[in-house]
Amino acid sequence: MNPDYVIAFLASTAGSATPLVMAAMGELVTERAGVMNLGIEGMMLVGAVVGFMVTLSTGSISLGLLAAMLAGMGMALIFGFLVLTLQTNQVATGLALTLFGLGLSAFLGRALVGQTVAPMPHLSLPMLSNLPFVGPLLFRFDAMVYGSVLLALLVSVLLAKSRIGLVIRAVGESPHSAHAIGMHVVALRYGAVLFGGAMAGLGGAYLSLALTPMWVEGMTAGRGWIALALVVFATWKPRGVMFGAYLFGGVTVLQFHGQGFGLAVPSEFLSMLPYLATIVVLVIICRNPQTILLNKPMSLGHNFKAD
Amino acid sequence: MSRLEARPEPSRAMMLASPLIAACAMLASGSLLFMFLGQQPLHAFYVYFIEPVSTLYGIGELLLKATPLILCGVVLGNGFRANVHNIGADGQLTMGAIAAGCVALYFDDVQAGWLLPLMLVAGALGGMAWAAIPALLRTRFNTSEILVSLMLVYVAYLYLGYLVHGPLRDPAGYNFPQSKMFIDAAVLPLLLDGLRVNAAFLLSLLVVAGAWFFCRHTFAGYRMQVSGMAPAAALYAGFSAPKNVWIAFMISGALAGIAGVGEVAGPLGQLQPTVSNGYGFAAIIVAYVGRLHPVGVLLASLLMSLLYIGGETAQIELQLPSAITGLFQGLLLFYLLAADLFIHYRFKRRVHPVPLAAANLASAGKLPQ
Repeated sequence: MNPDYVIAFLASTAGSATPLVMAAMGELVTERAGVMNLGIEGMMLVGAVVGFMVTLSTGSISLGLLAAMLAGMGMALIFGFLVLTLQTNQVATGLALTLFGLGLSAFLGRALVGQTVAPMPHLSLPMLSNLPFVGPLLFRFDAMVYGSVLLALLVSVLLAKSRIGLVIRAVGESPHSAHAIGMHVVALRYGAVLFGGAMAGLGGAYLSLALTPMWVEGMTAGRGWIALALVVFATWKPRGVMFGAYLFGGVTVLQFHGQGFGLAVPSEFLSMLPYLATIVVLVIICRNPQTILLNKPMSLGHNFKAD
Repeated sequence: MSRLEARPEPSRAMMLASPLIAACAMLASGSLLFMFLGQQPLHAFYVYFIEPVSTLYGIGELLLKATPLILCGVVLGNGFRANVHNIGADGQLTMGAIAAGCVALYFDDVQAGWLLPLMLVAGALGGMAWAAIPALLRTRFNTSEILVSLMLVYVAYLYLGYLVHGPLRDPAGYNFPQSKMFIDAAVLPLLLDGLRVNAAFLLSLLVVAGAWFFCRHTFAGYRMQVSGMAPAAALYAGFSAPKNVWIAFMISGALAGIAGVGEVAGPLGQLQPTVSNGYGFAAIIVAYVGRLHPVGVLLASLLMSLLYIGGETAQIELQLPSAITGLFQGLLLFYLLAADLFIHYRFKRRVHPVPLAAANLASAGKLPQ
């Protein structure tokens, strides 16, 4: 096994993991506030197409990322309005958001198929990038990879140690108690849902601007659903999300590096691995009902109506 | 000032009206969209929704596309009511198609009458087997059946891709990823010459009748209804949730598998890299728009099918993008969910109540007003 292959494999894991980290972190915050948004796939796709569209026409990746974030928030706003104000069923509305996002992104991207943009540049850190072994492994990523790690740290610290984190967790565990104390449950949930949408949009844009800098219909290929599973797998804790995302990132890129490792398996079966792995980790985590009971936000999936 | 107030009991009128309201809202949005795309809204409306069904052939296409939607959607509703969400119907459809395709290709030199029924059985078993996985994982390991069945959709797609690129590829097919064409005995009989709609449609009508009977007149269907509407009462009565999960998944899996057979033994006539046009997911919308009732599902399937063929017609005649179909489908479900609000809530004019004591004191001149 060629050490260069191993380094390339490990390095590409980070790129593959980053969209999962972004989308899953957003969904983590949303679910900790008690809202289950099944529309991640739709939000990621819309973020991907909008980011690509804006970058293609303006030439600026930053503008594209910003546009993607806003697009994700727009989708999340629709979801939030239906679920938080109109009290619709969260599962059905999330599914509707995914289907709508699939259709909307295909519609918006119809003229973009076949075009490419210059991908997000890989950073070249002054001394670190040139270290013998660790350099290409850890220090040659693009800005978003490092950004996603920072995001994870930020979410972790804020959720656990800050007042806003406490408030969000309170709303997720017992919205009626929070409401009785005087917290604005609906406003907080809107904020969490919009954050989730922004992160999903960014994650999707990373796909179309960095990982594979082009637009293809349905290019997320189920990553939104994997992000959902990741949140469960991580028992709603940020560090678990990071671990899971990198695990899945690795499994996902195996299909490209499998030949280098001498695996004589048809490529379709390697492509199946992330989905099968998702099922396996879900079973591992959900087997013991206690695990879920102890960690799941109590009001997850239930609508709140102030009475 | 008016605000949203809970109704004392759900409004029956709104239960029937909200799908219609949602459909109208979707049509209105569609007209706006057509205008935005530079089309004459009325003309585009005609081309999209009316012209496709103005010929006998068009009606045949409508029924053809509605068939897999009916088959997949009719039992989904039952499951949703009982909080069992089979989101992976498309995967079960694909596996059913693969199973039937394998049977057809294995017996490709036998022109016998038992080939088609065997394919239908194989398709049903294939769908059931694929649906058994999420059912098992939910009942044994408490795993979310939504995520498991969804993941399996992608696995099924990839497996079909593997088969048509490799083991089942037609050796005389110029390297195209498709299987050999099925022989005549392996293709469903057409209902009318010149139309593409086949016997699978009649089967779907039977299924609608059967599903209605199941919901209304069997104990199993009753159990599922109660489990959804009043889970605590169901538990107290001893209705087993695992049994509901298994029944819902087995039946919807079998039907989705049969829908798959309907596709490959029908308009496709062979195994191709994709055998479904997202029917399993459209069936979810159909189930909700049809109010989770078999007859409603039938009507909603016809509407959804119209969206599919309207999209194709509009693409040819008006150069409108075919992606509009997906957009309409999503909008329809959104509007339905929003319109459903009015089943449980209504707008009511609110008059601020004045506290009785203050009113008395004020009128007696003791409080400044």
